[in-house]
Amino acid sequence: MRRATVTIDRLRRRGDGRKKRPIPADDSSCPTCGSHFSADEMRRNLHVCTSCGHHFRVSGKERIDQLAGFESWTELWPELRAADPLQFTDLEPYTKRVEKAEDKGLSEALVAGELSIGRQPCIAAAMDFGFLGGSMGSVVGEKLLRACDRAAERRVPLIVVSASGGARMQEGVLALMQMSKSVVGFEALHEAAVPVMSVLAHPTTGGVWASFAALGDVTYAEPGALISFSGPRVIEQTTREKLAPDFGLAETQLRNGQIDDVVDRRELNERLERVMRILSRESSPEPPLAMQWAQQGASRAQRAARALPRVSRRIMDRLRRDEEAE
Amino acid sequence: MSSAAGDAMRRLGNAIATTEPQSADQIWEIVQLARHQDRPYPLDYIPRLLSDFEELRGDRLYRDDPAIVAGIGRYHDTPVVVIGQQKGRDTQERTHRNFGMPGPEGYRKAMRVMALAEKIGAPVVTLIDTPGAFPGADAEQRGQGGAIATSIRTMLRLNVPTVSIVIGEGSSGGAIALGVADRVMMLQNSTYSVISPEGGSAILWRDAAKSKLAAAAFQPTAANCYRWGVVDAVVPEPDGGAHRDHDAAAKLLDRYLQRAINELRDVPGQERRRQRNARFRRIGSYRELALADTSAVVSGRSEHSG
Repeated sequence: MRRATVTIDRLRRRGDGRKKRPIPADDSSCPTCGSHFSADEMRRNLHVCTSCGHHFRVSGKERIDQLAGFESWTELWPELRAADPLQFTDLEPYTKRVEKAEDKGLSEALVAGELSIGRQPCIAAAMDFGFLGGSMGSVVGEKLLRACDRAAERRVPLIVVSASGGARMQEGVLALMQMSKSVVGFEALHEAAVPVMSVLAHPTTGGVWASFAALGDVTYAEPGALISFSGPRVIEQTTREKLAPDFGLAETQLRNGQIDDVVDRRELNERLERVMRILSRESSPEPPLAMQWAQQGASRAQRAARALPRVSRRIMDRLRRDEEAE
Repeated sequence: MSSAAGDAMRRLGNAIATTEPQSADQIWEIVQLARHQDRPYPLDYIPRLLSDFEELRGDRLYRDDPAIVAGIGRYHDTPVVVIGQQKGRDTQERTHRNFGMPGPEGYRKAMRVMALAEKIGAPVVTLIDTPGAFPGADAEQRGQGGAIATSIRTMLRLNVPTVSIVIGEGSSGGAIALGVADRVMMLQNSTYSVISPEGGSAILWRDAAKSKLAAAAFQPTAANCYRWGVVDAVVPEPDGGAHRDHDAAAKLLDRYLQRAINELRDVPGQERRRQRNARFRRIGSYRELALADTSAVVSGRSEHSG
C-alpha cells in the first residue's frame, strides 16, 4: 500500500493504542520529526524530509544521480578497488570490512562521474559515507586525482561532494599521504584555471576537511552538516570542555567564515549551475542582456504595429458611429 | 636525478629498511624512542646545524603559536628557513608549547615564513614532531582544517628546494601539513602515521589501552615508510637512539640534509615543483579490476522507478 502524503501518515501515527504498522525494509523514518517515506518518495525528495527539511545521508551514486537531475551520466574508474598494503586487522580484518561494503553494492568511498548539471557539463566526485565511513584511502586519493586531471583536460568544472570521517586508518600512513595527493589534484585544476566547487555533506571531518574539501573555489555545506578537523568527542576528551550543541555545524562554520553558504539540497543544483555559468569562459547561448532588451523592445513595437490596423479601424468605426448619431 | 650522492643516500636508507619485519615489541620500542623526553627537538637541532639563527614569531593575523618554531638561519653558509613542531621538555614548557600540537596560527606562521624563503630563494627545511594538530573548539573556529590544507598547498607551490625530516613523532594531518617536500626523510627511530597509536586504539578498538596493538597494526616505523615509498631516506641515529647524544644525532642528520639540499639545488625551480607534485601523485596502493567496458557504466533515470 502506498501512502499518498506524509500528512496522512502522521495522522495515523497519532492513534495511541493502535498497533504499529511494520515499516518495510526499504522505507525510512525521519530521525528529527518521525515522518515516514517510501524508498521512491525518498528518491524523489532528494533524500530530504518534506516536513522538517532534515537531510538524510545520500550514497555517492545517488548524489551524482541528483546532480545530474536523474539524467544519465557516466561513472569513471569504478574498477579501482582497495588493496590491503598493511595487512591491517583491528576488530576485523580490513579486507573483510571492504568485502562487506562491496556486498552492499558500493565500489569505494568515492564515486566519480561525468555529467551535466542543467546545461553545464562537469566532472563530479561524491563521497560515500556508507563505505567505511567515507574514509579516504588510496582509491579515494587516486580517483580524485584522476577526476581533477579529467576536469583540467576537458576544461570543465569539478564538483566534489564530501561525506567522510577522514583518512582511512586501515591504510596507515598511506592514507595520510592521500591528503597531499588530493591537493596535488587541485593544483592541476589551479594550473588549468578550472574552477572547483566543494560541497560539504554530513559529516566532513578529519583529513578530508584538512585537505581538498577546504580548498574549493566556492564552498557550500548542507544544513546541519558537521564540519570539523577533530571530532567533538576527541575535543571534549582532550580539552575537558563541554562543546556548544551547535559546535562545528554548517551554520556555525558559516559564521566562522569557513564556508560560503549553507545550501539546501533541493537548491544545490541551481546554485552550482549558476556558479558554473558565471565562471564559464564560453559565452552563454542566450544573447547578452542589452540585446535581449533591444529584442524585447523591437518585438513590442512589432506587436503594436501589427495591432495598428485593428486599432485604427476601431477608432474609425467609433467616429463613424458618433457622426451617424449626430 | 640519480646523482651519486642520491644513490648513496638511497642505498644507506635501504640498508636500514631491508631488515626483517619488525615485531610488535620492536615497533612499540620505536614508538617509545620517538617520544622519549630527552629526544632532540627542533630547538636542539637548530643550534647544531645552523651557524646563525633568528626565530620569527606570529602569524600576523591572530597570535604566535609556540607549538611551531620558525626562523631563518645560515646553513653551510647559505640562507635557509627552518620550521618545526616543538614539544616541551618539562611540564611548564610542555604546557607553553601545547605538547607540540599546533593550532591554525602555527601553520599560518609556517606559511608566512615559507613566503620569505620563496622571496630570497632559500631552501625550506621542516622538522616534524607532533602527536597531531590541536583538537580544540577555538582551533576549529579559526579554521584548523583550512590552515592544514593551505599549508599543504603552499608547500606544493614553493619553487625553492624543500626537505622534510620526521625527527620524532609524525602523526595525522598535523604532521603532513609540514611534510609535503621534495625530499622526505625519517630518523631511524621516528614514527610517521595517520594517527597516534592512542588515537587509533580509541577509535578502532574502542579502547585507549590497546595502543601497543594499534602501533603494531599501523607499523609506523621508518623502515616501513621507506618500503611504501613515503620517505626517500632513513637517517641513522647514534647507538641507543638520538636522545643519547644530541651532537652525534645532529651530525648524522646534517650529512643527509646537506646531500639532499645540494642535490635539489641543481634542479630548476619549476622542474623541482613539477617533480614534487609527481612524487605525491605516485603514493598509494590499490587494485585495478579488469571490468568489461568500465567507461560505460551508466546510472540514472533507468533505475528511477518513481
